[in-house]
Amino acid sequence: MAYLDHAATTPMLPAALDAYVAAAREVGNPSSLHAAGRNARRLVEESRERVAAALGARPSEVVFTSGGTESDNLAVKGVFWARRTAGPERTAVASSSVEHHAVLDAVDWLGAHEGAEVVSLDVDGSGRVTPETLAAVLGERADRLAVISVQWANNEVGTVQPIAELARLAAAAGVPFHTDAVQAVGQVPVDFAASGASALTLTGHKVGGPVGVGALLLGRDVPCTPLLHGGGQERDVRSGTLDTAGVVAFATAVESAVKTRAEYAARVAALRDVLVAGVREAVPDVIYNGAEGDRLPGNAHFSFPGCEGDALLMLLDAQGVYCSTGSACSAGVAQPSHVLLAMGADDARARSSLRFTLGHDSVEADVDALLAVLPGAVERARRAGAWKTPR
Amino acid sequence: MSGGVDSAVAAARAREAGHDVTGVHLALSRNPQTFRTGARGCCTLEDSRDARRAADVIGIPFYVWDMAEEFHASVVDDFVGEYAAGRTPNPCLRCNEKIKFEAVLDRAIALGFDAVVTGHHARLGADGLLRRSVDLAKDQSYVLAVLTREQLDRAMFPLGDWTKERVRAEAASRGLAVADKPDSHDICFIADGDTRGFLESRLGSAPGDIVDGRTGETLGTHNGAYGFTVGQRKGLDLRVPAADGRPRYVLSITPVTNTVTVGPREDLEVDTVTATRPIQMNFSEMSDIQVQLRAHGDVVDADVSISDGLVTARLKSPARGVAAGQAIVAYQPDPDGDIVLGSATIAAGTRASAHA
Ligand SMILES: Cc1ncc(COP(=O)(O)O)c(C=O)c1O
Repeated sequence: MAYLDHAATTPMLPAALDAYVAAAREVGNPSSLHAAGRNARRLVEESRERVAAALGARPSEVVFTSGGTESDNLAVKGVFWARRTAGPERTAVASSSVEHHAVLDAVDWLGAHEGAEVVSLDVDGSGRVTPETLAAVLGERADRLAVISVQWANNEVGTVQPIAELARLAAAAGVPFHTDAVQAVGQVPVDFAASGASALTLTGHKVGGPVGVGALLLGRDVPCTPLLHGGGQERDVRSGTLDTAGVVAFATAVESAVKTRAEYAARVAALRDVLVAGVREAVPDVIYNGAEGDRLPGNAHFSFPGCEGDALLMLLDAQGVYCSTGSACSAGVAQPSHVLLAMGADDARARSSLRFTLGHDSVEADVDALLAVLPGAVERARRAGAWKTPR
Repeated sequence: MSGGVDSAVAAARAREAGHDVTGVHLALSRNPQTFRTGARGCCTLEDSRDARRAADVIGIPFYVWDMAEEFHASVVDDFVGEYAAGRTPNPCLRCNEKIKFEAVLDRAIALGFDAVVTGHHARLGADGLLRRSVDLAKDQSYVLAVLTREQLDRAMFPLGDWTKERVRAEAASRGLAVADKPDSHDICFIADGDTRGFLESRLGSAPGDIVDGRTGETLGTHNGAYGFTVGQRKGLDLRVPAADGRPRYVLSITPVTNTVTVGPREDLEVDTVTATRPIQMNFSEMSDIQVQLRAHGDVVDADVSISDGLVTARLKSPARGVAAGQAIVAYQPDPDGDIVLGSATIAAGTRASAHA
């Protein structure tokens, strides 16, 4: 088995798993006042400090959530609501055209149900939002913008955005700037304070922690209306009994991923380069999508002309090689990726694409396994591709 | 795997027979929510989930294949076009011909598979002959008779020797949650079952006359001739009652003049059926065989001859409600299950002794 889908989710780190199990054996609600509760609270607060330290944030800026989707929704909707309440003229929200659906659909929802003006920030052919693009939007309507959201790195093609520059422009215009850093943490340097962002999303299961726990780093002065009402456990902006074991395992994973990042990135990028060279050699007309330079170390993304991505995926799956066609699914059907379309690809190229992502336990044998079966799979998928040409 | 009980059990039986089986659910709508909701459909998100769960239980890989474009072009557009031309299409038959055993089959073969297995109730044995299911009430050989020899050679119908009851019992004993899911009956791409409304939304309204087949008298008007099917009695809404007070039926639809012709029940009777586009009918003359003229319709004894691609069936007893566009399927009666001899598309039904 060759698992080449680490961007979808990556195995838990042994240390995180151990930390989870140990904490899950203990009883105690972090909000309880007795010793068991205080013990749980201590574990949560230590975890908060570890996450903050690893990411250049203050502990009070760490809001634990159920993961990336919740953090994105909280940042986009919560900041939009709070800012519009404070200034009714702020009815616009801007995000890049290559966001994950957790941001994209939250923004669209605001457009459809809150009357928000939705502003899409175009990307270039490599999937990058240029500072000029954002500057132009700010020049037109900074005073109407409630919030801006641009991902730190793209989950499909791995393009890393010029976050510090974008955040600086937003700050100069006085507009809160959120970044979805789900794919970036542990892969590229992420420092919340240095980035200048107002809010930052991360999730456990992409860094070796458990699924279902994550955080929103939220600047102290950033107004945010809660999505979930209840006990107000997290700074009154997020309610729900904290998942002590999950939070401890999450913090362990974040800390470890950040600490080993430089070495990890060098190793995995080298392995990725072997994969890319091998795929190019095996399939000479393959198109390598995304940026050459500012790119996540473990990401390789291709279009295979004449193939359907989902046919290729099935053939590779049958040979024990696991990859992905893109992020969006509807009834299990791969839609042409909005990311590739936004980058200027046509429908056929978007549908012919596959993503291979490496992670902390990837080894050369995984790449070898892919390269051994890829040529045969591409040949078959090409034959099957002919059926879709117009009759 | 539609998400229903038949395809789930068919997949299980194929796997048990030692084949390397992969489950495929067909997504037939670009926007699944617009297709019928509830447990009856074949194309809803819920059906896709049911199919996936069945594949899990059986222990086979599962994928959804997007066939929405093909389905639209080959089945939905054809359905609308056939009604517009005054004929009565059978979309399930068309789907077998163009989707399951063409688009899906071709793709599967290219990807390295050997055959398409479906949960149809029909027998296809080692002799290569397509026969009726042992469960005559559930028999689907009629909608499979459009398949060519090449298509049949790549098809497997593991359920043909089982009754529906046994299929359900088998599903239950295997822990397949779809065991008691109701059968789907209606047209899967017409969400509310309102065929006339569906056609009207595609074809617009086109008012025309309803005329008496014997006198030529105009009896009423309609909003679109495509809303009628030969043999139909309900929904005629005639201004002028019949002289004899008996109900009247749709006898024919004439798109050129946009008229619907009606008459008494006996005028529906035909004893000769002509048909085009014969499939698998490898004979020029067959006597004392049987024909079926619509899905779940009665079987009629007949002599059938073919010349120059035109099929003529002389019925030994008259049939009613013979609609152009439906299939005529020829069967050879056989104690081991009636054998499909082939099919063709009905062009017209006529009566030698026409009424004055
Ligand atoms: C960029 C990005 N944002 C958000 C998410 C959603 O995170 P989660 O799965 O924790 O809800 C993902 C992962 O699927 C992602 O890749």
